[in-house]
Amino acid sequence: MSAIASPNPAANRASRYHARSLVTWARANLFARPIDVMLTTGIALAAIVLIWAVLPWAILDATWQGSTRADCRPDAACWAFIINRSGQFIYGFYPAAERWRVDLVFLAFAMALLVLLNRRLPGKQAAAVFLILVFPILSYMLLHGGIGGLARVTTEKWGGLSLTILLGVAGIVVSFPIAIVLALGRQSEMPVLRWASVGYIEICRGLPLIAVLFMARILLPYAFPSGTEFDPLALAVVGIILFESAYLAEVFRGGLQAIPKGQVEAASAIGFGYWRTAIYITLPQMLRMVVPGVVNNAIALLKNTTLVVILGLFEVLNIVAAGAADPDWLGLHAEGYIFVGLVFWSLCFGMSRYSQRLERDMRSAERS
Amino acid sequence: MLAIGLLLWTAWQNVETNLAVRKLALGFDFLRQEAGFGIPFTIIPYGETDTYLRVFLVGLTNTILASILGIILATILGFVIGIARLSPNWAVAKAALIYVETVRNLPLLLHVLIWYNVAIRSLPPARQALGLFDSIFLSNRGIFVPSLQIGLGWGPLAIVAGVSTLSVVAILRHARRRRDETGQGAAVALPIALTLAATSFVLAAWGGVGISWPALQGFSFSGGMALSPELAALVIALAIYNASFIAELVRGSIEAIGKGQREAAASLGLDRAKILKLVIIPQAMRVLVPPLTNQYLHLVKASSLATVIGYPDLVNVFVGTSLNQTGRAIEIMTMTMLVYLSLSLLITGLSNLYGHRIRIVER
Repeated sequence: MSAIASPNPAANRASRYHARSLVTWARANLFARPIDVMLTTGIALAAIVLIWAVLPWAILDATWQGSTRADCRPDAACWAFIINRSGQFIYGFYPAAERWRVDLVFLAFAMALLVLLNRRLPGKQAAAVFLILVFPILSYMLLHGGIGGLARVTTEKWGGLSLTILLGVAGIVVSFPIAIVLALGRQSEMPVLRWASVGYIEICRGLPLIAVLFMARILLPYAFPSGTEFDPLALAVVGIILFESAYLAEVFRGGLQAIPKGQVEAASAIGFGYWRTAIYITLPQMLRMVVPGVVNNAIALLKNTTLVVILGLFEVLNIVAAGAADPDWLGLHAEGYIFVGLVFWSLCFGMSRYSQRLERDMRSAERS
Repeated sequence: MLAIGLLLWTAWQNVETNLAVRKLALGFDFLRQEAGFGIPFTIIPYGETDTYLRVFLVGLTNTILASILGIILATILGFVIGIARLSPNWAVAKAALIYVETVRNLPLLLHVLIWYNVAIRSLPPARQALGLFDSIFLSNRGIFVPSLQIGLGWGPLAIVAGVSTLSVVAILRHARRRRDETGQGAAVALPIALTLAATSFVLAAWGGVGISWPALQGFSFSGGMALSPELAALVIALAIYNASFIAELVRGSIEAIGKGQREAAASLGLDRAKILKLVIIPQAMRVLVPPLTNQYLHLVKASSLATVIGYPDLVNVFVGTSLNQTGRAIEIMTMTMLVYLSLSLLITGLSNLYGHRIRIVER
């Protein structure tokens, strides 16, 4: 693998040669040297073998309909498992008649997000205030119920994909204000505040999320009057927020440090105090800069929410495991994992593409 | 400020009452108590009658073992794929791209579970294990590899290994100084081979050296070294997942080297392999080391996913079982924090040392 040409050589050459003919292109990009002939053939063979092995298993011989494992061919995929259980994979054990509440929460979130992320739509401030202040309370009331005639649905019934996304959203949304305070605290001139922020951030970043979740489960009860009952979901959310706010705070700190000093000096020249400078000058500029960083963090967090299995929560990966332990569908791990994998892959790939485009746009905006 | 202070004070009051109710005093004396539970995979000897301190050490060594294996494999795979991403061969570049984009957008836990529940479980049982060259055996009971048996105690072994390493370093330094001063290379292959031969002779004559080969006995293998299915799944998943990130770091750092460097090297008449080895990689390493270090830190922390599949790492046996049994939350969390902190400092320190060696020497 000795050849390293200029960045993205294949594309350059492709555009140059493609007009002439496909053969010339193949000769330049696939069979240039003897080693390339070997590598290309090897990869082509591997691809063929892979498709040969996977295609019959996954699609041609697979079973799409059935009510137990016995309806499926033993040597091929059993998608009937996924289709049969799709309600549970998405909503967990949430009662079927109440699932519209989950849909409503995600609809509200999607609309607020659309307003925030699409440049052409107005009302960004209102959407941000809604997301950070109103949305968490509103969605908790709606999902948990018990007020206004809504039936109570206790948290152990929540689960599946909706719980995974809920944990991710709650983690980012609630961590957001905490992380801003931590980032400001880390830059503060008051030593107590600065050291407290640094200590918190470094402790939470230094520990694995699993240890933070254990810590939430075991340490938190000590900090409350004895006898307080703890909801595992609440513990998971607290653990994730503890962890995520430390990481977000570092992203925000990077944004704050990137703001030119002249901005702060100009603000104090026109008589702005600390809070007015922060609210009108530094924070708005910082928030615009850190969007790609926040999206990257959201990707990592979404993948990390799977770790709440150790608290016994039925997020999507765990509910698939529970499904594969059901005597009717015993041992269908592979199908379940492929389903979960496709869901995570589309969410994470979409978000990472968005963040890459944003970074590109920002670079070109800076240059112009 | 005042509100936060009040909140923390109330919380601390609660902690104190809770500790008093449970008759627990803060202190590390519990480390001398008998743990009383078994651990399925240990590197250092351990039995149920051993203390919690021993449990801590078992967890620590298991975490370190998984991390080191993961780091080595992830680095090798990551470099290969990162360089493949830049290959002028379209098929190679696209295959590497597909690898990176598929792997890094799936949760690490999903990787671990796929390897544990699907891949390793679908291997044949030990009696029909897949053998590679009759020395490595893959089965659903784990992976069995040959191991080196050295009949020396740890002390003498460390001395022999130390002397041998020092001699090799001295030979290399002598050769480099000679090249720098006179421009002539010194032969290094023969002296190094002689040193290694002498080392092997000393080891064999002093304590005896042998290779223990895994062999089927009854329903499992005896001899050799067994990697438990949990360890194997964890290490493979860690390596594959982190390799996709390392590949992107490698690609980024090579792309960061200016085109002029490559052209200047080509105009000196260096061929592609020499350009890569002498011009591109040494400069790319400087860009690469800090983010690569970060990735290693991630990997060490991520090795705690072992808990989910039951590999007895530090979080599993110490923060999990020991904490449940003793209730010593504060002490155990502090110790765990210190362990991860020191591992981070160790890795950062090593990387700084390396970064210092490859820095640009300004005149």
